[in-house]
Amino acid sequence: MGKPTGFMEFERLSEAYDPVEQRLKHYKEFVHTLNDDEAKTQGARCMDCGIPFCNNGCPVNNIIPDWNDLVYRGNWKQALEVLHSTNNFPDFTGRICPAPCEAACTLGINAAPVGIKSIEHFIIDKGWEMGWVVPQPPKTKTGKKVAVVGSGPAGLAAAQQLARVGHAVTVFEKSDRLGGLLAYGIPDFKLEKTVVDRRVAQMEAEGVVFKTKVVVGDKNVPAGINNDASDFVSAEQLKKDFDAVILAAGSEVPRDLPVPGRELKGIYAALEFLIPQNKEVQQGKANPINVKGKHVIVIGGGDTGSDCVGTSNRHGAASITQFELMPMPPEQENKALTWPYWPYKLRTSSSHDEGCSRDFAVATKKFIDDGQGNVKALQAVRVEWKDGKMSEVAGSEFELPCDNAFLAMGFTNPVGSLLDAFGVVKDNRGNALATTDGDGCYATNVAKVFAAGDVRRGQSLVVWAIREGRQAAREVDQFLMGSTTLPR
Amino acid sequence: MEPAVPDRQGLYDPANEHDACGVGFVAHFKGQKSHSIVEQGLLILKNLDHRGAVGADPLQGDGAGILIQIPDQFYREEMAKQGIDLPPAGEYGVGMVFLPQEAASRHACVEEIERSVKAEGQVLLGWRDVPVNCDMPMSPTVRAKEPVIRQVFIGRGPDVFVTDALERKLYIIRRRAANAIKSLKLKHGQEFYVPSLSARTVNYKGLLLADQVGVYYLDLQDKRTTSALALVHQRFSTNTFPTWDLAHPFRYIAHNGEINTVRGNVNWFKAREQAISSPILGDDLKKVWPLHYPGQSDSASFDNALELLVMGGYSMAQAMMLMIPEAWEKHTTMDENRRAFYEYHAAMMEPWDGPAAVAFTDGRQIGATLDRNGLRPARYLVTDDDLVVMASESGVLPIPEKKIVKKWRLQPGKMFLIDMEQGRIIDDKELKDSLAKAKPYREWIEKIRIKLDEVPAAAEKTAAASASLLDRQQAFGYTQEDLKVILEPMMQNGEEATGSMGTDSALPILSAKNKTLYTYFKQLFAQVTNPPIDPIREELVMSLVSFVGPKPNLLNTADINPPIRLEVSQPVLTATDMEKLRHIHKYTSGKLSSFELDICYPVAWGKAGIEARLASLAADAEDAVRSGANILIVSDRKLDETHVAIPALLATSAIHQHLVKKGLRTSTGLVVETGSARETHHFALLGGYGAEAVHPYLALETIENFAKGDAEKAEKYVKNFVKAIGKGLCKVMSKMGISTYMSYTGAQIFEAIGLQKAFVEKYFTGTPSNIEGIGVFEVAEEAIRQHEEAFSADPVLATMLDAGGEYNYRTRGEEHMWTPDSIAKLQHSTRSGKYETYKEYAKLINDQTKRHLTLRGLFEFKPTGNAIPLEEVESAKEIVKRFATGAMSLGSISTEAHSTLAIAMNRIGGKSNTGEGGEDAKRFLPVKGGAMLSDIIGKSRIERDIQLQDGDSLRSAIKQVASGRFGVTTEYLVNADQIQIKMAQGAKPGEGGQLPGHKVSEYIGFLRHSVPGVGLISPPPHHDIYSIEDLAQLIHDLKNANSRASISVKLVSEVGVGTVAAGVSKAKADHVVIAGFDGGTGASPQSSIKHAGTPWELGLAETQQTLVLNRLRSRIRVQVDGQMKTGRDVVVGALLGADEFGFATAPLVVEGCVMMRKCHLNTCPVGVATQDPELRKRFTGQPEHVVNYFFFVAEEVREIMAQLGIRKFDDLIGRVDLLDMRPGIEHWKAKGLDFSKIFYQPNVPASEPRRHTEGQDHGLAKALDHKLIEQAKPALEKGQKVQIETSIINVNRTCGTMLSGEVARRYGNDGLPDDTIHVKLTGTAGQAFGAFLAKGVTLELTGEGNDYVGKGLSGGRIIIKPSADFRGNTQENIIVGNTVMYGATDGEAFLAGVGGERFCVRNSGGTAVVEGVGDHGCEYMTGGTVLVLGVTGRNFAAGMSGGIAYVLDEDGSFKSRCNLAQVALEKVLPASRHAAGEPLHLGRADEEQLKELITRHAEYTGSSRAKSILAMWEAYREKFVKVYPHEYKRALTELAAAQKEAA
Repeated sequence: MGKPTGFMEFERLSEAYDPVEQRLKHYKEFVHTLNDDEAKTQGARCMDCGIPFCNNGCPVNNIIPDWNDLVYRGNWKQALEVLHSTNNFPDFTGRICPAPCEAACTLGINAAPVGIKSIEHFIIDKGWEMGWVVPQPPKTKTGKKVAVVGSGPAGLAAAQQLARVGHAVTVFEKSDRLGGLLAYGIPDFKLEKTVVDRRVAQMEAEGVVFKTKVVVGDKNVPAGINNDASDFVSAEQLKKDFDAVILAAGSEVPRDLPVPGRELKGIYAALEFLIPQNKEVQQGKANPINVKGKHVIVIGGGDTGSDCVGTSNRHGAASITQFELMPMPPEQENKALTWPYWPYKLRTSSSHDEGCSRDFAVATKKFIDDGQGNVKALQAVRVEWKDGKMSEVAGSEFELPCDNAFLAMGFTNPVGSLLDAFGVVKDNRGNALATTDGDGCYATNVAKVFAAGDVRRGQSLVVWAIREGRQAAREVDQFLMGSTTLPR
Repeated sequence: MEPAVPDRQGLYDPANEHDACGVGFVAHFKGQKSHSIVEQGLLILKNLDHRGAVGADPLQGDGAGILIQIPDQFYREEMAKQGIDLPPAGEYGVGMVFLPQEAASRHACVEEIERSVKAEGQVLLGWRDVPVNCDMPMSPTVRAKEPVIRQVFIGRGPDVFVTDALERKLYIIRRRAANAIKSLKLKHGQEFYVPSLSARTVNYKGLLLADQVGVYYLDLQDKRTTSALALVHQRFSTNTFPTWDLAHPFRYIAHNGEINTVRGNVNWFKAREQAISSPILGDDLKKVWPLHYPGQSDSASFDNALELLVMGGYSMAQAMMLMIPEAWEKHTTMDENRRAFYEYHAAMMEPWDGPAAVAFTDGRQIGATLDRNGLRPARYLVTDDDLVVMASESGVLPIPEKKIVKKWRLQPGKMFLIDMEQGRIIDDKELKDSLAKAKPYREWIEKIRIKLDEVPAAAEKTAAASASLLDRQQAFGYTQEDLKVILEPMMQNGEEATGSMGTDSALPILSAKNKTLYTYFKQLFAQVTNPPIDPIREELVMSLVSFVGPKPNLLNTADINPPIRLEVSQPVLTATDMEKLRHIHKYTSGKLSSFELDICYPVAWGKAGIEARLASLAADAEDAVRSGANILIVSDRKLDETHVAIPALLATSAIHQHLVKKGLRTSTGLVVETGSARETHHFALLGGYGAEAVHPYLALETIENFAKGDAEKAEKYVKNFVKAIGKGLCKVMSKMGISTYMSYTGAQIFEAIGLQKAFVEKYFTGTPSNIEGIGVFEVAEEAIRQHEEAFSADPVLATMLDAGGEYNYRTRGEEHMWTPDSIAKLQHSTRSGKYETYKEYAKLINDQTKRHLTLRGLFEFKPTGNAIPLEEVESAKEIVKRFATGAMSLGSISTEAHSTLAIAMNRIGGKSNTGEGGEDAKRFLPVKGGAMLSDIIGKSRIERDIQLQDGDSLRSAIKQVASGRFGVTTEYLVNADQIQIKMAQGAKPGEGGQLPGHKVSEYIGFLRHSVPGVGLISPPPHHDIYSIEDLAQLIHDLKNANSRASISVKLVSEVGVGTVAAGVSKAKADHVVIAGFDGGTGASPQSSIKHAGTPWELGLAETQQTLVLNRLRSRIRVQVDGQMKTGRDVVVGALLGADEFGFATAPLVVEGCVMMRKCHLNTCPVGVATQDPELRKRFTGQPEHVVNYFFFVAEEVREIMAQLGIRKFDDLIGRVDLLDMRPGIEHWKAKGLDFSKIFYQPNVPASEPRRHTEGQDHGLAKALDHKLIEQAKPALEKGQKVQIETSIINVNRTCGTMLSGEVARRYGNDGLPDDTIHVKLTGTAGQAFGAFLAKGVTLELTGEGNDYVGKGLSGGRIIIKPSADFRGNTQENIIVGNTVMYGATDGEAFLAGVGGERFCVRNSGGTAVVEGVGDHGCEYMTGGTVLVLGVTGRNFAAGMSGGIAYVLDEDGSFKSRCNLAQVALEKVLPASRHAAGEPLHLGRADEEQLKELITRHAEYTGSSRAKSILAMWEAYREKFVKVYPHEYKRALTELAAAQKEAA
């Protein structure tokens, strides 16, 4: 530990953001990475705990105290090595991870936690800046071939791990861009796509073959799910051509809102809005949905909802309201009973700061027609929660003008037909059934077919996807070679 | 007649027995024989009675005896009755023989003796039945073992002319007969024993009580039994098994103390069997071997060795100097010849190290010597009618004062000899000077000694390794933590890193990680039966000197051409050193030559290859030595991708032991060159198993690498590392009480956990290993796994070391019991009161089916009956009363955390513990409901308040008494329900502690009676406990201070702890704590946290088995602690034999601790283990949470009890039959474990209690204090002045203490007005005179005191002055013994005479005037005033951080005897010359204080010394030296400045 008393001497310093009015003018990232001195000071706040709860709170188990210390001492390169030893893509998580590590930070018990995410962000940006992030092609090839279905964080992590130990990895992606939700879910202002691209380039140099616009298993991707595929590979073919297959297709089916008026025009699943937006930013292909001057209602209080808020603001919406079914969480959690776990509390994102009204404990009753098949308003009702049960508050109905509504209530499960095509048994939530611990983990019921990421665990964080991708890679390597040196 | 000591069974091993004792002799130095000498000897024995012990049966002692000169006239007359005419005195020998009761065996033994006599050409004169008193009341068990005692008379053969020659023949006869009888392997052969066979002495001893010796042996009552000397001994053994032979005296010695290195000493004797020859014994020498038998006591082994040296031609004095040398290595003022003498002999034999006062005699001379550290007391006096009386304490014989011409003591390392043929006393200087000058040792040394440092640097360079640094680091199991936690602090600071909060990681045998072989060994440490040493403050006794190369022939007393020897100043060799060694033949013109043994072998051979490879290595080593190599280098430098290294420890030990067995080990040196050694523990192990020096090449490379090419830096780092390891080694050695690396080498002071017994017996012979585990092939497998990982394609390991996770938790690092989840669940459950959440926590801890962590994790319950409904089980309310919180001082934890525990424990009826930092008297009083914590303690002292309830109490039921004695006042003691003597602490057994100055806040300073800001040191030993009988004394003292409290002794689990516990029970402790090695700590060296002590499962089971076997269990309560976390832990503890349970870390976690492991840095971010007021504000613990925790634990206990069908908790205790090893353990290492020894039930009658059922008899009824209290009633009740007069003798121990307890109970620490109770006593006081004497009590003694006068003085006044009849000068005669005023907090002592060693150690407020002191005066003193009107011993003021000492330094030599590390010596200025505003000690000018003290000294004691000083004050003032601690001066200056500012 660099500075035993650092936590008493230095305040937490969050990364600086561009002012709202400025950042609303573009779709670029607006977060400023810490500078060298700031990073050093923030690293000094780490207490190098005997039990680093952060290490456990982090799904990829980043060895946070070690790199905090290295940053404090200015050993950035070594910090990067330690960081990369547990996390393939700190550039992703350093930007968009909600940082469960910080919720688990010991300093957070009674003070502001260490700015772990900002330090991670610093390390990896420094790494790219200094040219330390280089391809690590394998010394020898194993001659084994692995297919990875899906190029989201889970697929990429698995592919990179496997390529580095010498397997010939091919990644299949039905979209025209690589990165899955990283590319076409998360807006550029949160994660610029060059960040994904340079990783893709690194992996290509490591020997990974990427195939975009190829749909695997079932051509008939349900409506509302982005599909740029021009090619198709059947499950049978894939199993034949490859020694192992990892399904890392994510959880793409959005949760719907079956209320009267759902069929009206102007009501979209969030990704129907966000993906074209990303395409617009990246490829100049205009987003068919434009909410400029419109009254926007975002239904669902999570990260995707936030992204809709941020994007709508950049469009110049007349008003943005975000609904959440659950009551407003407390601003400050009861740390005595929650720490070090992820607390239930009010979270305000940078997009919220850009302007939006939030309403809690609200249920949508129906969408109201403007008479031409377009939505014009939304009728909602206040709800009460008691012992986990919801009830409507009598007489609390109200109406809000609504030109566009975005449904951001999460994703229910992966596209079922993909799993069916492989004959993979599903769990009761429709996800691929596989365990994460012990012998045969990440393996599905189908020989040599593995599953990792949201396709297996259901919708979750990027960092969980990376974890699963890495762990699945280890299992695949073990399966192919009889032994493995890949870390879990 | 059964064998006396039971065989090894379960965890009990008779090899662990300890003893200590009272020793004494009386002799007429002109050699005048009389019966009265014998009578006086017996009287000494009787008066030393309290130093012995009695077992379960009060009639069963541990043995006593008397050794006298042969009463020729008596035997002559007696034998004449048989018609046997004895030859003239000196021409026949008498053998005292213990024979088996069983007739045929007896006959066989007698025959063997007769055969030996004949074979050796001597004449059997006849046998005599020794008459014994059959009517004497005797314990039936002792009676059952009573041997047939006969004497054999042997006349000289025709070829023997002088007594010395006859003596040698008798020796050979005895050895020969004993070896012959041993080889008959008779069942009853073990009972054969020859207490003496000599032409000069005869030994009457047995398993007798001290006062029985003269009653039992009728010979001793006969007036014709005359002698000019009587050497007596009373034994205090830790066991209760009747053994007649273990009683002292032995043939030459009686020993008080313990030889810590005995295992190594005995091994080294074996090792030199082949290499040794004696010009004097010639071929007879062969008949002597084996010199030692298994199962002998350390004293018996010592006696055997001494006897061989004497028979081999050494004078007795020289032999003693060889075996127990003075601390010569760092003795700056020692005479050069004497130093050369010691240095010359150092290479001949390693010292027999340990606390020892040895009295010895061959019948012509009698003498005594003391170990280098002076750890045993020995007082003597000389009378004007030529008598010398020496004993462990003074006053053992009533001798009129006017006859005494000298009263003195044996000083550390000093010898004292009476030559009755010359008719005079030869003092240490004369004796040693003449021996030192007998041969040209100085010249020899200069010629034959090569210091490695002085050998020119070798031109050669070893080829660089083929594998990369990283790969090699990985192959030797380095982790990032090794660099960060181990190496970096050492190379930066020159010392080992400190850690905190104990250890909770998986035991190596259970770990899924690859561990080094080193980790399977645990360091042994001293507790109770011998004291650890302070290697820092008492550095002068420590030595790391090592000789590399062949050892000279021990018995070559006629040596005129001694062989060359290579000396290293410490055993860690650098690369340069190593190159010199590798090519040593070049640099010593061929006198030395080295041979390298490569311990690597092809990986391809796999694990099966190791066994044969080890065998060839041993054979190669043997060949090399036989063909002339005399330095063997064991090296793993050739490790590379295809060659794996055999663990260096294994290879070293295998080679060492092979050479020992072949008798070749002393013909060669053994040096280890290994990449594996990096921490102190590794070096200690390599040394302990035979390496004379170690070259840790990889650690050094790693360190140099840190310097990044900066050569100067690299050199500094290496130097620091070597220094740190040296310091660490001193610490490891000293925790066992060993001072020299020479005697540590090969001493095997370790035990193994998780190694197969057969493997250990083969390669680490003699090392205890009790639960089996992995064998040689698994050891190889683990090494190979490590090797393969290192050279594998593992991407993480490609650029960096494994993260580790041993010291700090890391996900997927080493497993720990405390994990983020277990802490979170525990905190959430106790805060929310949800038992279900607690159960989740308990499951995380208890369920070790996947993660193996602890031995108990591998246990399972095995119900023998049906389950019962939960309601039928004893209530939780009752069970929680058995719980206690751990000894965490206010100092280690915050006031808030400390009081929260006390409140909680008082609410549930359990016990909290003060820890060693004293306790605020405000906490003793009852609390009113609604009060806040700050209302009681004071607003300024509380940062986070706590609301109190009606009936709450802040008082800690357990008051700890640790070696620092901080705040241990009489008031503190009387406010205890239990007083706990902390002998050892799990996290750092055998070590002291230190509270740095910055942690000593105003409040802590107040509580500890010290100055804020001044650092505080807890010494490693209790300076009033160097042995078991000392412990008995302290228990007695504390019981006197507060008879209502139970006295507890805290021990740490290690092999042999059961035996110590048995001793503790015999020492009358009411309670014993067995702590696991893994317990928490505020600060401890990392290697101690990890590598010393064992899990409590082992120690507790051994304790239970040993106590039950000894029938001592019923009278002592057993508590267990060490990472106690759940109800399951409690039940396991109960089944293994615990009545009570201690918890420390878990309640701290409940209070908010998150295992930061930063306690030592004072930066605890949750306000638990810090004194920082800002951080303490963050404390959130509540008593309710702690209460919840204990009730949850109790509830879990109840559930398990219901499942086991047990209703009452009492019925759980000791039911090991309800435990079993969990089946189906698949783990590749753990599956070799065998717990049958832990689950062993000693075979004793069912009626024998297995739990605490009765109290101890403390013998308080006999105390003199009853009389004092009776007469002091008016003072106690009404505060009226009283004066009491009485006589006192040495058996009146602990005088004034019970009286003081009464004062403190009524009047607290303020006591009574000065001199309210004035007691005038005459005579020799027993030990601990005036211990804990309270304010208002004056003890005025005319006569003398023994050890521990004024121990813990709490405000009273002690005056001791010689009798008016005594003619000696006060400044030349001793008046009080050792360790006077130890831990005094307040009060005064005026002592008109010289005090012994360690005067005023840990004084924090007392004032003392004395006329001379021994070594280590004022050590660790933090306050008070000491005035020495005479000469001091060495090492004065070591570790002194407060208070002032004034020393009258008449010849200006004081400086050379003072330890100047922490103090300055200043002149005493006239009061008028003090600058205004200068900070003053106690606010007064030095001169003023001095003069007043001397005036009062003269007034109280009539000291003529004092009067003459006052008469010539101006001249004398100049000669006073003021010893002024730097820290104290700084603190006084700061305080003065602060006061000025405030004003």
